[in-house]
Amino acid sequence: MSALEGPRRAAPKSSFFNDPVIRGRIYQALVLGIVALALFFVANNTAENLARQNKTTGFDFFFSTAGFDIFFTLIPYSRASYYWEAFLVGLLNTLLVSVLGIIFATIIGFIVGIARLSRNWIISTLAAIYVETLRNVPLLLMLFFWYFAVLKAMPSVRESIIFFDSIAINNRGINIPMPIFDNLFYLVVIGFFVAVGAVIALRRWARLRLEKTGQRFPVLTTALAILIFIPGVAWMVSGTNVELDIPQLGGFNFRGGINLPPEFTALLVGISTYTAAFIAETVRAGILAVNRGQTEAAQSLGLRDNDRLRLVVIPQAMRVIIPPMTNQYLNLLKNSSLAAAIGYPELVSVFMGTTLNQTGRAVEVVFITMMVYLTFSLLTSALMNWYNRRVALVER
Amino acid sequence: MSKTGFVRTELVAPMPPPASTVGLTGWVRKNLFATPSDALLTIVGALFLVWAVPPLYNFLIGNAVFVAEDGAACRVDNAGACWAFIWDKMNFFIYGFYPAEEQWRVNICFALGTILIVPLLWPAIPYKAINAILFFLVYPVIVLILLRGDMFGLTYVPTEMWGGLTVTLIIGLVGIVCSLPIGILLALGRRSNLPIVRALCIAFIELWRAVPLITVLFMASVMLPLFAPQGVSVDKLLRALIGVTLFEAAYLAEAVRGGLQALPKGQYEAADSLGLNYPKAMGLIILPQALKLTIPAIVNSFISLFKDTSLVSIVGIFDLLNTVQASSSDLRWGSDHQAVTGYLFAAAVFWIFCFGMSRYSIFMERRLDTGHKR
Repeated sequence: MSALEGPRRAAPKSSFFNDPVIRGRIYQALVLGIVALALFFVANNTAENLARQNKTTGFDFFFSTAGFDIFFTLIPYSRASYYWEAFLVGLLNTLLVSVLGIIFATIIGFIVGIARLSRNWIISTLAAIYVETLRNVPLLLMLFFWYFAVLKAMPSVRESIIFFDSIAINNRGINIPMPIFDNLFYLVVIGFFVAVGAVIALRRWARLRLEKTGQRFPVLTTALAILIFIPGVAWMVSGTNVELDIPQLGGFNFRGGINLPPEFTALLVGISTYTAAFIAETVRAGILAVNRGQTEAAQSLGLRDNDRLRLVVIPQAMRVIIPPMTNQYLNLLKNSSLAAAIGYPELVSVFMGTTLNQTGRAVEVVFITMMVYLTFSLLTSALMNWYNRRVALVER
Repeated sequence: MSKTGFVRTELVAPMPPPASTVGLTGWVRKNLFATPSDALLTIVGALFLVWAVPPLYNFLIGNAVFVAEDGAACRVDNAGACWAFIWDKMNFFIYGFYPAEEQWRVNICFALGTILIVPLLWPAIPYKAINAILFFLVYPVIVLILLRGDMFGLTYVPTEMWGGLTVTLIIGLVGIVCSLPIGILLALGRRSNLPIVRALCIAFIELWRAVPLITVLFMASVMLPLFAPQGVSVDKLLRALIGVTLFEAAYLAEAVRGGLQALPKGQYEAADSLGLNYPKAMGLIILPQALKLTIPAIVNSFISLFKDTSLVSIVGIFDLLNTVQASSSDLRWGSDHQAVTGYLFAAAVFWIFCFGMSRYSIFMERRLDTGHKR
């Protein structure tokens, strides 16, 4: 007893270096010092090298005339436009191909992923061959294949392959008809949005009714009917007229319609099929990750086959699938930069390629390009963290 | 009434299972025609095979040209793949512009690499530590001396003349060997208690992971010369190697972090309670377990690294893909299928390496599985 009540022992004397807090501070100061030194060294060298090459720095070049043409733009752009417009063209082209790529890759990926789990031997083997072939071959090689070996090897303009008198495929791209809407078409668009609103309201009402009375309502068929009916009525009543602008051979090339240049098509096909192989694996892993007991539990509750999938298996699989899938989407966005190799004018090719070569502002251009990709990446991970918090298992 | 009924004294021989559940019929029923929709899928799949396989066979083997002096044989109608073109260009695909009389040096590197890597990957062969040191530390130096020359009486071959599969393998190997230690350090840094170290590691990892490799390569080729002090010129291949290594290190860091996080907290506490200091705790207890958990992720990033080596062709290095691409415009072999054949060859080479790596990783995963998975 007395021992416990005695005076407190003083902390044992030891070297201050053995105190983890102090030691941590020393280590951090060291690391910070080394990094600062390295940065200073690099910055100093860069400044010296730039000065020696008589290069100016700064972002003022954004407002000088670009002076080069871009053959595929979503916004008005010409040789006389400024560099910031060229930058915007590149960014929009990146986004266009990425969004389309994500849509196609998701569709193909889900089909292949589910097919690989099929009981059917032929289907699952075909899916396995697809995945194992595409995953183990570089994307750049596939882009070269699609661009040089397939699309550039198409017949010349005069000998175009023509489908249904309206789609023409030649070595200058794929020409497809473009619908032209007249002034009243906005009524149909409004009708469509009204229909979407109605469907959302219907779904909510049907769920409330199901919870209250236990009676089901055929939401899917009704929704389809609404989606067709309301815009259809708007179409009839407004008397709007849609014409198809069909590509016609005139002079040396097709005129009218939309021309998809081979660079664009090759990139889109390449990144969609490549990313689809990875998404397929993600989907397969996600479905396999749902415990078999869950399926059995759903069966023993007497759920029908599609209710079992819709209410039990898919919600749990999505929790596993979505985080790696966003990663794949981000990869797709980054991989779209490979287009620089086949000449599709996206961000890297327009900005890090042509603009850098013309202005020589290496530091600024590289910095901006990296920041653009960093922004996309941080936005996606913020979104992902929010989603993960939302769907995280609440464990009791 | 001592009459007893009939009692069997031995088992009746079991009846054979219904013919429809065994053998080929059973397999077909179970795997191809289980339900009507299954049967429909089978028919669609079979039609696809009938449509796709014969032309593919004809292109790859049936009508393919295996031996020819030049492209004339490949230019005839209905000619398939022009494999003779590949044979003719094989030297270029493997060595690039490496001088013909010096190619034995590359061959020695290939042979030495094979001799060292096979026992390293074969679990039953002992002396793994020595083997690993030889392969990861000594071998790269030997390769550098042998290929570059300018030493021991070997003629100097500048890196601009290296090319083909040699360069692809060099970039892959250097990327793998150099990025793993950096990646492990970054992962440990990201899990560190020291806020500044953690922040720096997070910034590095997230920046590198956010940008495409091609911007990193562009940056390495445009900005590294600016970063270097005056008078120091950084070799083009070295620039690409630095870019690839830093990029890959960030990805490996995330893979290793996954393993570190998957370890139960008790392992860290056990190491602490044994009184081990940080390097010992990590080296003896945490990392061996964490790295084992991360083998699939690490191999996956190695596979993507190996595929990504093809991007160096964009900054003007003659790797395998670039040599194939350059040869596809050779007029002597000019034919419709020249480019396709080249791409098929390159794809097959990449496929063999990547598929091999993924199979080996599955094999190691099973071997190292101690049944402690949570």
